[in-house]
Amino acid sequence: MGWPSFTDTVAAARRRVLAVLSPVVRPGAVAAGCGLVVATLSLATGPVLIVLALASLLLVPVLGIGFALFPMVMTLVRAVANVHRRLARHSGVEIPVPYRPLPAGAGFGTWRRFRCTVGDPATWRDLAWLLPGTVAGAVLGLAASGPSGYGLEGLLGVPVLLYLSGHWHGYGAIWPTESLGQALLSIPQGLLILIPALVIARWFMWLHASFTRPFLRPTKAAELALRVTHLATTRSDTLDAQAAELRRIERDLHDGAQARIVALGMNIGLAEELLRRDPAAAQRLLADARQTSGEALTELRALVRGIHPPVLVERGLAGAVEALALTITVPVEVDLDLPGRLLPPIESTAYFAVAETLANITRHSGARRVWIILRHTPGRLTIMVGDNGCGGADPAAGTGLRGIERRLAAFDGTMGVTSPPGGPTVVMMELPCELSSPKTSPSSETA
Amino acid sequence: MRVVIAEDLALLRDGLTRLLTAFDCEVVDAVDNGPALLPALTRHRPDIAVVDVRLPPTFTDEGLRAAIAARAALPGLPVLVLSQHVEQLYARELLSDRAGGIGYLLKDRISHVRQFVDAVRRVAAGGTVIDQEVVTQLLARRGHDEPLAALTAREREVLGLMAEGCSNAAIAGRLFVTEKAVSKHINSILSKLDLPPADDVNRRVLAVLTYLNL
Repeated sequence: MGWPSFTDTVAAARRRVLAVLSPVVRPGAVAAGCGLVVATLSLATGPVLIVLALASLLLVPVLGIGFALFPMVMTLVRAVANVHRRLARHSGVEIPVPYRPLPAGAGFGTWRRFRCTVGDPATWRDLAWLLPGTVAGAVLGLAASGPSGYGLEGLLGVPVLLYLSGHWHGYGAIWPTESLGQALLSIPQGLLILIPALVIARWFMWLHASFTRPFLRPTKAAELALRVTHLATTRSDTLDAQAAELRRIERDLHDGAQARIVALGMNIGLAEELLRRDPAAAQRLLADARQTSGEALTELRALVRGIHPPVLVERGLAGAVEALALTITVPVEVDLDLPGRLLPPIESTAYFAVAETLANITRHSGARRVWIILRHTPGRLTIMVGDNGCGGADPAAGTGLRGIERRLAAFDGTMGVTSPPGGPTVVMMELPCELSSPKTSPSSETA
Repeated sequence: MRVVIAEDLALLRDGLTRLLTAFDCEVVDAVDNGPALLPALTRHRPDIAVVDVRLPPTFTDEGLRAAIAARAALPGLPVLVLSQHVEQLYARELLSDRAGGIGYLLKDRISHVRQFVDAVRRVAAGGTVIDQEVVTQLLARRGHDEPLAALTAREREVLGLMAEGCSNAAIAGRLFVTEKAVSKHINSILSKLDLPPADDVNRRVLAVLTYLNL
């Protein structure tokens, strides 16, 4: 009774071991895997790219062949460098992409493409990285993946199998293998090698990423230039969106409420005239007028909601999203955690992004269930909207998602969509922002 | 009186038709876009066209342009242009052929049914009816420039009401003076503006055109 049974003890021990090992094993395995990719990529592409880059550069004066070839080679280099940038992220090293955007109509073989490629300082930094990058990638990649691979080989009992088939000569400290017992020792040896190997794999990959970063990250000037380009784009997008929005409002008012009020005046005026001549007709006109006035109000209300929803003013983002969720036909699960009010422009942007996403869902997805998660961490608002609909949403295809992206971009926000065919679809939106006022506790709240 | 209407919003098209019909006008055609207006006018040769400024397909000033084109194709065709906002610029463009038979009114005016129908009849008879909003804008901004500077304040007031399309009797009613006094003012205005003697309607139109700085 008092003592735990043997199986319990084993299970507890296993849990404890796993608890100690899991922070080592998983990231270590990822690092070792990355190491293998880095080493393979460096060895396979490095020398080829170096030769191609040099050759195409040398060919620029010769018949202008390099003039077309060099941008092509650099596109390849950029693709490989981008893989390295992405791999570095696994080691916690962020290397932003430094390339200037290519202007429209700059196809291969055009003078413009060549000029852009040559004029981008990132091109020359890529070239400078090719040789040291290849060497470092091969060496550090192998250093990260090799020992783990060797340890894994022992742990999985490969030496035992090889000994039995008569091909093996030794493993670890035992060299050569002379008996089955010695062969079996390769399993604990493998474990002993694997654990530290996984630890050093992470370190080597971190070293590789840190070595790569100075070459492949944008220079301060390039970073600023990219930022300026980004701001210019988002600003013009914002202005476009704003102008379109104003046009829509003008049009809605002109054809909607304003026209209805004109009709209202017309009906009442005519009714006034007909009051004596034809009371029945006058009554019909007045009934029409009453209906028209109701319609005008409904339209104005819808328009106001489209400009700035009153509930957003009254309750802030969380309340407005909750209210929004109630209005759509699909059941929505709402999980909102927002400790205060955001700045009004952020609130409005986030609200319309959610509204547009929900509109997309009801319009296209055929979803039966929708969920909204809203979180605020210091400096960042994260909104996720998911549905179990048909999937296949593509920001590049529809104007809806693209519009949301543009709205968010005005505040340096981003949007990501995962939507495999068949669903589910998850739209994740992030906005950098601070809370403008922490929420007061309900007891101190005043109406 | 035979009328052709051009208005894209069914609500207003039907309302206008009903209203004009109640006042013994015959709405011979009602079109809902700019390009259809001229063919309809050519076919029906109405006494007046009532045209909305904003019409499909462009939803800009399609109606205004269609009206001006119709006046060029069918000289002297009376046109009453309706809009939800008025611009002095548009009034000037409409009146630029100096022929009269032009009306330019806010849609709000339709609710004063009698005055509106009256305006329709005036324009059909070759008169000029310009919305009081335009006139107010003009009164607020102008008054010191030639040749209106010669007019007294009262004469400018009378001229403004003439631009709105008021008859002598109506002007007298609005200014609380006798009709005789009004025609005295008008004669004074016409001579100060140096307008040649011609029939009364045409002289009134020309006075209004001067007033609108054309």
